[in-house]
Parts: sequence; C-alpha cells; structure tokens
Amino acid sequence: MAHDHKHGDPLPETVLRVKSLESLLIEKGLVEAAALDALVDRYESKVGPKNGAKVVARAWVDPEFRKRLFSDATSAVAEFGFSGAQGEELIALENTDQVHNVVVCTLCSCYPWPVLGLPPVWYKSAPYRARVVREPRKVLEEFGTTLPDDTEVRVWDSTAETRYLVVPTRPSGSESLDEEALADLVSRDSMIGTKMAESPVKS
Amino acid sequence: MQIDPELAKINIPRDEEGPVFEEPWQAQAFALTVKLHEAKQFTWGEWAEIFGAEIAADTAAGNGVGNTAYYLCWLAALEKIVAKKELLTPDQLKRRKAEWQVAADHTPHGQPITLEKTPE
Repeated sequence: MAHDHKHGDPLPETVLRVKSLESLLIEKGLVEAAALDALVDRYESKVGPKNGAKVVARAWVDPEFRKRLFSDATSAVAEFGFSGAQGEELIALENTDQVHNVVVCTLCSCYPWPVLGLPPVWYKSAPYRARVVREPRKVLEEFGTTLPDDTEVRVWDSTAETRYLVVPTRPSGSESLDEEALADLVSRDSMIGTKMAESPVKS
Repeated sequence: MQIDPELAKINIPRDEEGPVFEEPWQAQAFALTVKLHEAKQFTWGEWAEIFGAEIAADTAAGNGVGNTAYYLCWLAALEKIVAKKELLTPDQLKRRKAEWQVAADHTPHGQPITLEKTPE
C-alpha cells in the first residue's frame, strides 16, 4: 500500500536553504508569497508535461509498450530518454472505468519532474495535500472531474523514493488520431489524476 | 517569455522560451532573486559581482557544469547578498533551516509540513 511508505530521507539541503530564505523574506515583507508563486508558475507547464504526454500517448497505441510501462515505468520512460532526477523509482498507475488514480505528496520534492516538469502551485498547497487524502471525490469535483459512483478512487502518496505517473483513460472519439495528436489531449493535470484526458475536438 | 533585459545579460540556462529549471528549488531561488531586485534591494550589477565570484570559485574548484551546479552557485550568492544588504543575517538563516528540519522530521507523511508543528 502506498500509505505505508515513509519519507526515508530528511529534506534535501538545497530545499531547506531555499525554504529558509523564502519563509524569512516573506515574513519580513521583503517579497510577497503570491508574487513568487506567480513567477514560478510561469515555468511549470514548460518541457515536462510534454514528456509525460508522449509516454501516455504511446501507452494508448502500443500494447507492448503499455505492458512494459505498467511492469517497470522507470525503464519504459527511459526508452524516451527520460530518467529519474535522482534515480527514484517511477510507477505508472492505470486509470480504468473501475479505478481512478490521483497523486499527492506532502513534500515539494516528491513529483516526477523528468516526465511532468515543475509541480503546479496547487499541488504544493497545504489544502490540496491535506484534503485529497481525506475527501478525494470532493477535491476532484472542484477540478471539474465528476466520477461515476461505482468508480473507485485511489490516492497515492508519493515519497522521496517513489514517484507516480497517472495514465488516464483514452478519451472516446480519439480512435482515428495518431500518437502525436493523442499526446495533445494529455494535460499535466490528467497525469496527476485531478482531471481526465481532454476529448478530441470534432472536426 | 518576457524577461528583464538586464537579467537576460546574466547567462542563465534557458531555451527559446525562457529560463530552464530542473527542480522546483531552482525556480524558487531564481524567483526570490528577481523579486528582491524588483523591490530595489540590489542592482543586477551587484548581483553579477557576487554571483560571478561564486561561479568563478566553483569553476576553479573543478565542480560540474549544468543546471544543478549553476543554481547551487545562485543559491550561495543569494545567501551572501541578503547578508551583505542586511536583509537577513547568516544566523537567522541557520536557525530557520534547523526549524524546517525539525518540522519535517516531526511531520508524518500525508500531512503538509509547516513550522507551527515545531516542538518547543
């Protein structure tokens, strides 16, 4: 079970140093927390999520790759040249009509950067981290994601050693799309599990 | 991505869209520096001098290149400039770091780490 894991390591030294600077400078009124978040936010959707989207699109079209991804995600994403930032293990979680996976972490460092880039500000926020474990359906609804009552919601708590990538269900109406077009339907949020993959625009 | 032209002269890792970060702490350190500059706590010239000295020392020490090495220098320079400008003392930083460590150690996984959890 995901919740049996503990953070094995103390916070990395660099994270501690930055958190210390940040919290003191905010307390002294020298910088504003919201302004800092807004600036960091500008970089969050760069690079990373596109990597993850390629992995998901491949899993939708290539059954052999899909098998490899769910048996050993770390090696499967390495086929794309994506690796763990510090050698942590990557686990792919399969969304189906019966099971919806969603990922959370209590530490800003527990996020699969190589495939998803920088975490969004809400992912690091205390309300998300506390509430998604307690009332995942309600949190998902706030993201605009309403699941059928008979779909089981599984919440996965990342650790310093283990990161998760949610593989959303392939949207209906996407049967004729190629891998590249499919990747465009895969948002960052759908790979954290707070949203579904987007539906293709009817042409 | 719009970036301060003076800052653009500092050779930060970037692609065609703007600065590139490998880990969240790098972006946070970068954002803190940009915001302190916007608040006129120091000029980019002053920053370049302190940061340049860090890079030069790091290069002389034979340390690696790449984002992590680069932003470790950035972080060291940020710690130095806030001390030099008397915004924070090294002692304040040291104490705060210990507080965060204690808070992290006492927070069970599944709960956000906050400083309020620090035992007295």
